[in-house]
Amino acid sequence: MATASVTTNEQYNYDIVRKFTIMTLVWGAIGMLVGVYIASELAFPILNFDIPYITFGRLRPVHTGAVIFGFGGSALFATSYYVVQRTCQARLFSDGMASFTFWGWQTVIVCAALGDVLGYSQGREYAEMEWPIDLLIEVVWVAYMAVFIGTLMKRRQPHIYVANWFYLAFILATAILHTFNNLAVPISLLSMKSYSLFAGAQDAMTQWWYGHNAVGFFLTAAFLGMMYYFVPKQAGRPIYSYRLSVVHFWGLIFLYMWAGAHHLHWTAIPDWTSTLAATFSIMLLLPSWGGMINGILTLSGAWDKLRTDPIMRFLIVSLSFYGMSVFEGPMMSLKDVNALSHYTDWTIGHVHSGALGWVAMITFGSLYHLVPRLWNTPMHSMKMVNVHFWLATIGILLYITAMWISGIMQGLMWRAFDDFGNLQYSFVESVAAAHPFYIMRALGGAFFLTGMILMCYNIARTVRKGSTELEGGLSTAVA
Amino acid sequence: MKHDKIERNLGWLLVLIMVAISVGGLVEILPLFFIKETIEKVDGVRPYSPLELRGRDIYVREGCYLCHSQMIRPFRDEALRYGHYSLAAESKYDHPFQWGSKRTGPDLARVGGKYSNDWQTQHLTAPRSLVPQSVMPNYPWLAKNDLDYSDVGLRMQALRVTGVPYSATQAEYQRNVKDFGDTVARTLHIPDAEKNLIAQAQLGDYDTNPGKLTELDALVAYLQVLGTMVDFKKYDDDYFVKFR
Repeated sequence: MATASVTTNEQYNYDIVRKFTIMTLVWGAIGMLVGVYIASELAFPILNFDIPYITFGRLRPVHTGAVIFGFGGSALFATSYYVVQRTCQARLFSDGMASFTFWGWQTVIVCAALGDVLGYSQGREYAEMEWPIDLLIEVVWVAYMAVFIGTLMKRRQPHIYVANWFYLAFILATAILHTFNNLAVPISLLSMKSYSLFAGAQDAMTQWWYGHNAVGFFLTAAFLGMMYYFVPKQAGRPIYSYRLSVVHFWGLIFLYMWAGAHHLHWTAIPDWTSTLAATFSIMLLLPSWGGMINGILTLSGAWDKLRTDPIMRFLIVSLSFYGMSVFEGPMMSLKDVNALSHYTDWTIGHVHSGALGWVAMITFGSLYHLVPRLWNTPMHSMKMVNVHFWLATIGILLYITAMWISGIMQGLMWRAFDDFGNLQYSFVESVAAAHPFYIMRALGGAFFLTGMILMCYNIARTVRKGSTELEGGLSTAVA
Repeated sequence: MKHDKIERNLGWLLVLIMVAISVGGLVEILPLFFIKETIEKVDGVRPYSPLELRGRDIYVREGCYLCHSQMIRPFRDEALRYGHYSLAAESKYDHPFQWGSKRTGPDLARVGGKYSNDWQTQHLTAPRSLVPQSVMPNYPWLAKNDLDYSDVGLRMQALRVTGVPYSATQAEYQRNVKDFGDTVARTLHIPDAEKNLIAQAQLGDYDTNPGKLTELDALVAYLQVLGTMVDFKKYDDDYFVKFR
């Protein structure tokens, strides 16, 4: 046994996984704090304090950047480096390059946030970072690709495990999306300012091809990769269906790329693109539910774990939210539903049921599984994990309920006519009507943030009592 | 089972993933650059003047697009509230597009000329003094900050590289005279950018403070031109439908 643990110690690079794990927590707390703040600004605009750097318009990209790329991105780096090493039984292809991806990626997130508050923006949602930061992302991403693919090439297992297919698709797709959506002409090499290469309708199509597939690959495919490792591990059972994983993998990555234009229904893009996108969005329901079913049914025969294991609860509830939001998405991509839902808070609710319910919950579950293994000690408090679960769940429910109500209300108020055929409401009446729901949303966010901070505390305590050396392997490793 | 082969062969896995993720974008986006009907044929749409361009930069800088759309949909309620639905042609010089995805505030695609410069100035500085229920931030610094127009020529030059018909040479200037008429062509000439910018700000007095050329001048100049370039009286309703 002692020799086995020693080889494990030398075999895998866990140091890089630990670093990214810590930063996942840091960016999660920061990103969600900013989220709660800007939600409060919409409820109480006085919180903008007439300071340019903290207006909603400048802080919103800080929020999206910190949670998507800081929290989500760091979680994906951490888990993909862990999973690819474990399932290939091989150490990372290059420790130096892996370390570069860590420092490079953290630099990207910090620069992006600074750029946002200072007003350097490309004016593209989720891609606000100006061209110098985009170039750095490109370099870091190529290094990431090299480390990941290099490790797959070193594998001692003949098969490439399913989780790695998803991570691989995410890495390749993100490279393509990032490159083409950020094509721009800088006004000078000494200036942060640039103008996008495309204009109007073509620019809109490119941006929402990017925006939708950032969701599809960064926030879905990659987290399914996470799911395919951590759910079976935590459940102690094999994946429910191998065949289903094959079919839904290829279905998902093929279909997602067609669906972006449903963000542009009824706009000035040609009708055929938007119809095509709606059609593919409906089809997308099948592979999406394929993933959910495969994950949830992995637990069949061990359902009692839902009662006894709060980590399992995080994982399974995240799959339930995933199943719900990938049903809601295709529904909202129907042109008639979209006519009501587009431009309203409903969209914000939808994205958060995915981002909080699916992305964040599966990350929490995976990290609670991972941290004891990285620091060789049980979690400081499983009770706190359980409290975190309930804080997060209550937070999400408050959030999406508030946004459903205010979103559908806005949609209905905007299109309401009185008996004489005039518009029944002025725009600002819909703003005033949303006020209580903006407070409710901020409250939901505060619940979720509290859970996140509790997790940081719990893991900090765990790390402090843990050790990065394997017990029993210590003396041999030094020798 | 054949899939077994792909799982054992990294090269095949990479190639097949690349194929699977490339098709959608190629089929849906690429044709938009070649199909002529994507952008409607319509008179009046011109590139922004130097002052309007700087205003647009400030619009992007402040993240206005995160709460205001610039894309009116072809519905009866939107026609009554905002005006004629937006055409693709109306944003054909917009790098980047600013259609937006959320209306926390109203659509701005045709806000130009709806309110006076006075109103816009007051509203941008303190929105709740005019609309008590508004949740928009105050932007008092716009009226205080001098407009930096030192690099406006560089900005137009960069846009010219992307295909916006700003003129750098006499030949290009003559082309613009032919395409847009004499008055517009002059505002698109890059060598005269600073001069034109100052002249428009003085003439328009957008921030209602004639002594000072501020960021507010530029932003209001931009807002006032939004949606005003096409004269819809010149076209039948069905004319634009055939481009969809």
